[in-house]
Amino acid sequence: MKEMLTEGLIYLNINGEVRKTLVRPADTLLFALRERLGLTGAKPGCENGDCGACTVLVDGWPVKSCLMLAVEACDHEITTIEGLNNTPIQREFVEKFAFQCGYCTPGFIMNCQGLINIHPDASDEVINEWLQSNICRCTSYEEITAAVKSALNTVNNDPVS
Amino acid sequence: MIPFDFEYYRPSSTSEAVQIFMELDAAGKNPRYYGGGTELISMARMNSLSFGAVIDIKAIPECNVLEIDNGHLMLGTTLTLTRLHESNLFPLLAQAGSRVADHTIQSKITLGGNLCGSIIYKEALLPLLLTDTEALIAGPSGMKTRQVNAIFNQSVQLEPAEFIVQLHMAEKYLALPYIHVKKTKQDKINYPLVTICALKNGQEIRVAFSGVSDFPFRCSNMEAALNERSRPIDSRVARALEVMPVRVLNNLEGSADFRRFILTNLLTSVVGSLEADAI
Amino acid sequence: MSDSYIGKDVIRKEAWDKVSGRAKYNSDYSSPNLLHGVLVCSNCAHGYIKRLDYSQAVNMPGVKKILTGADYSILCGSIIQDRPPLAVGKVRYYGEPVALVIAASEAEASAAAVRVVVEYEKLPTVNSPAEAIQAGAPLVHDYLGDYKHVIPEVYPTPGTNIVHQVKIRKGDMQQGWADSVCVIEGSYLLPQADHIAMETRNARAEVLPDGQIIIHSSSQAPFGIRKQISEHFGVELGKVVVHVPLVGGAYGGKAAVQLEFLAVMASMATGGQPVMISNTREQDIMASPGKIGLEARIKLGADAKGILKAGEYTFLLGTGAYADTGPRMGNSIAMNCTGPYKIDNVWCDTYCLYTNHTYVTSFRGFGHSSLTFAVERSMDKLAAAMNMDPLELRRRNLITPGQTSPSQVMMTPSILGNVPACLDKVAKLINWDKGARIRLDNQRIKAKGLACFWKTSNSPTDAFAAAIISFNSDASINLNVGAVKIGPSTKTTLAQILAEIMQVDINKIHVEMEVNTRTSPHHWKTVASMTTFMVGRAVEEAAYDAIHQILSLAAIVLQCAPGDLHMSPGRVYYKDDPGLYVDLADIVHGYKYPNGHTIGSQIIGRGTYVMSRLSPMNKETGQGKTGPYWTPGAQAVEIELNLADYSYKILRAATVLDAGKVLNPASARGLVMGAMGMGLGLGSREYYIYDQEQTLQNSSLRTYKVLRIGEQPEYLVDWIETPHEASAFGERGLAEHGILGIHAALANALSEAAGVELDQLPVLPELIWQKRKEQQL
Repeated sequence: MKEMLTEGLIYLNINGEVRKTLVRPADTLLFALRERLGLTGAKPGCENGDCGACTVLVDGWPVKSCLMLAVEACDHEITTIEGLNNTPIQREFVEKFAFQCGYCTPGFIMNCQGLINIHPDASDEVINEWLQSNICRCTSYEEITAAVKSALNTVNNDPVS
Repeated sequence: MIPFDFEYYRPSSTSEAVQIFMELDAAGKNPRYYGGGTELISMARMNSLSFGAVIDIKAIPECNVLEIDNGHLMLGTTLTLTRLHESNLFPLLAQAGSRVADHTIQSKITLGGNLCGSIIYKEALLPLLLTDTEALIAGPSGMKTRQVNAIFNQSVQLEPAEFIVQLHMAEKYLALPYIHVKKTKQDKINYPLVTICALKNGQEIRVAFSGVSDFPFRCSNMEAALNERSRPIDSRVARALEVMPVRVLNNLEGSADFRRFILTNLLTSVVGSLEADAI
Repeated sequence: MSDSYIGKDVIRKEAWDKVSGRAKYNSDYSSPNLLHGVLVCSNCAHGYIKRLDYSQAVNMPGVKKILTGADYSILCGSIIQDRPPLAVGKVRYYGEPVALVIAASEAEASAAAVRVVVEYEKLPTVNSPAEAIQAGAPLVHDYLGDYKHVIPEVYPTPGTNIVHQVKIRKGDMQQGWADSVCVIEGSYLLPQADHIAMETRNARAEVLPDGQIIIHSSSQAPFGIRKQISEHFGVELGKVVVHVPLVGGAYGGKAAVQLEFLAVMASMATGGQPVMISNTREQDIMASPGKIGLEARIKLGADAKGILKAGEYTFLLGTGAYADTGPRMGNSIAMNCTGPYKIDNVWCDTYCLYTNHTYVTSFRGFGHSSLTFAVERSMDKLAAAMNMDPLELRRRNLITPGQTSPSQVMMTPSILGNVPACLDKVAKLINWDKGARIRLDNQRIKAKGLACFWKTSNSPTDAFAAAIISFNSDASINLNVGAVKIGPSTKTTLAQILAEIMQVDINKIHVEMEVNTRTSPHHWKTVASMTTFMVGRAVEEAAYDAIHQILSLAAIVLQCAPGDLHMSPGRVYYKDDPGLYVDLADIVHGYKYPNGHTIGSQIIGRGTYVMSRLSPMNKETGQGKTGPYWTPGAQAVEIELNLADYSYKILRAATVLDAGKVLNPASARGLVMGAMGMGLGLGSREYYIYDQEQTLQNSSLRTYKVLRIGEQPEYLVDWIETPHEASAFGERGLAEHGILGIHAALANALSEAAGVELDQLPVLPELIWQKRKEQQL
């Protein structure tokens, strides 16, 4: 049995690196990323799992980091927006004007990245189902849909990129 | 930010889980079994629930089983709704689960969490109510098996130290014709105004409901009315609603009257569709 | 230069920061020794604070201090000072901050906050604007007459809940009704709603030993914060410094000053330590200000040809428990009360009323989206009463140059733009001529609805903007303005304006994204879709100032008159012989002759702009001009209604607005579509739900619903371009306008489909069901 009784050190595998950090058992992964590890790309928007601004990948799947305890994330591979570098989905968000204020963008991009990894052949219906987990208050969603479709195209036509 | 501290335990066996629960409970720590944690974390943040310890059961191998064995589908309680959906071994359950919360959260919400949490809708329960599902329960006196219909009857009837480890249902149910339909106030991602799951077992239609009252239910009197094929569907539905044993919910999602209107329409179309040849 | 930057889809300068998680918002920054403040909010909508006991909380680990209303006796407000930062004596809305717990960590502050005990003696509540105006209604404010007025043009009625009223008196009503053969009346109800910026409001403050107050805030109004903090805490203006980094959405909601007061109080109470206060989503919805509620009655009269002859308007604006900018929105609604229609006889009474709901502040459209709903539903009622095509009725009445607005501003093409052209184009986009209502089968009906809108700003008549451009030695330019970077790509658009005028490569323009009130030139507020106009004019002037300096210096170097020279990318050349030139890099930090002698130094251009010829509205007639120009437009929505359960799909939504000149089409289209999406959300699902006790029932995003992906219609957006002559390149503001008429068009379409009058928002399936049931349909 593993246990954590009070504030203590945990090891998290983030963006390919093992990072050591101090948390309470009651701290969320979002808190640990932002306040302890300086990874502020994941944003708090509701801390209730409703808005998706804090989405990161855990073992490749999008997860709302406000609804996961930091201690729960030990032994899993975490990818945050800081772990993406010039990926097709980032390029398409820029090209398609898929954000305005940009606050929801890291969460949206991580969800899209998860979709691209897991369902590169996603239909329109699947795209909607996945991306409905995130809220954008500035754009009309048309731009984000265009960006993810275009990124899926890129990935399917050129898997190396 | 959760405004209180708690301890975190991750046992690797059911007996270890029950034992630590009993110890923590005896020590006055008010422990909770923890699956996906989505509800515990959000309610704790709002301070509408407090506890001194959580026991994360996700590392217990039996809780992660997903297989068909000896004519039965065995579902571990910590399987996420996403896992159920992606595997699609039980399409009705996959579909019901895929309309709980949103897609991202579905990969955190567990089957057991949806059943045993405090949110009243428990939409993953409906397919289980229709399929004579049995629950394998771990508790102070070891493992036991109980009918899901008996556990989830107007409230969750489990002892504090008990938790569901697995759910078992006969394989024959998995491929039966089914319908899942969920109506909300307006948004796709929302609690149900009315959710109906229905199965056609031979000529018999089985129906379970969420959102209609403050606990999901299946009712034999209603099914008897609905299956009275000699009468037109409209009158069968009207009869079923007359014998409906619950008080219709009246809340933010909609008034009781509107729910009744929606329920009537949905039930009519569900019964009609299941009886048609197409399904 | 071969290419113009005007009218180009220039990508936001900060785009890559935003897609890589590197863009920093206020709460992404920390500070050594940062303390955290957590609010305790009222769970009572109206009541005396009988007991406030924090004895348990104050001894919790990490707690430094707990503040209550008793600690600071200040009243704030940008128009009338009626709001204590922490409730004093009584609470006036559910969610009102009553105490502030300051602790070493957010966890400790949160833990202590739940142990603060507050007991209330409940008072009767004021539940709506209509209740607020009733004689004998409970009073939300007992001492309304004692409050200080920040501006002279606010007219409260002590002893009532009326905090402000505005009148429009134009023409002769008796004549108007006498000329009318058809008169319709309608009542409309728009509940309060929320901005839901994805970044919740937050602020950090620190008081330095020399008395300077340093504030970091997620705000649209850094200069407003500075002014209010300086006044209320008696600190010299220059000693208050406000920093605003990128802002994660605002829509008007971050123009109010609220958490900044609390953060400053908290820092003062803890020896000047930096204190951060960040709203949870629930607090952001219930405790910080939202959108106005509106109850409207409109009576319209038209002659036999459908020409409007008289319009009588009563608007009850619910400002919630405190006024904030509510009175100004009342003015705004009154000033444009007719919508973009010519009516010679207008009578309008607008009351701004206190209720026991969350207070309000500016919201995208500044009252106009609510106004437009009432006006455009009325136009459809009139069309139905006259058996006329709603498009044709609107066409016959649209306002054109040479006519006057309700506040009697004479319209010119530059001031008004071209409304009929917008309507004609939108009718084409939505295929209006193919039928407004089509029965698809026995369950489904397709229908279309129209709406026209107009909006001008309602800003202080002395509001101004400024810009500073400074050259680096490589001839690149730093652009520094006081506008906040929110969602619209304003700062990129300003760089386009600068690049175009100065004929420099836009990649050589470096825009300062953050605002610092000490180093950034002043800007009124980043609101009202006026930033590109006001700051654009300042940038234009700064550019010409710099060009003048550059040409003067180059003229000495090239031994000619400045007028003989021309700017081109990277150099200044002699017009008669482009082979004779000097590189910009060789003169923008002074020109050095081979012998070492140097003339000139850094080129710094400055520009300012104040709007001209504005005047406040007259108290008795409403006469006045509060904005420099209008942006008008027309919208249409097509829906499919399912009669089995009254669910509906929004199929297509169209907007055509007169943009003057579209500077950045992709950005402009994005802004308009985004605003349309927000408006469709308000039209179909967004509202504050209160119970009997006036407890807000939906203060989380679980229950306060907004549009999600896949729920949006197909968007059709197009432009008319009638230049506003006073703007840089003729542009008109457009960041808000997509929201203005879209829910009116939605309700018009749904009313047409359902065969009932849907005169309230949001239009939920249950509302349609209920209305049809009432009419036994």
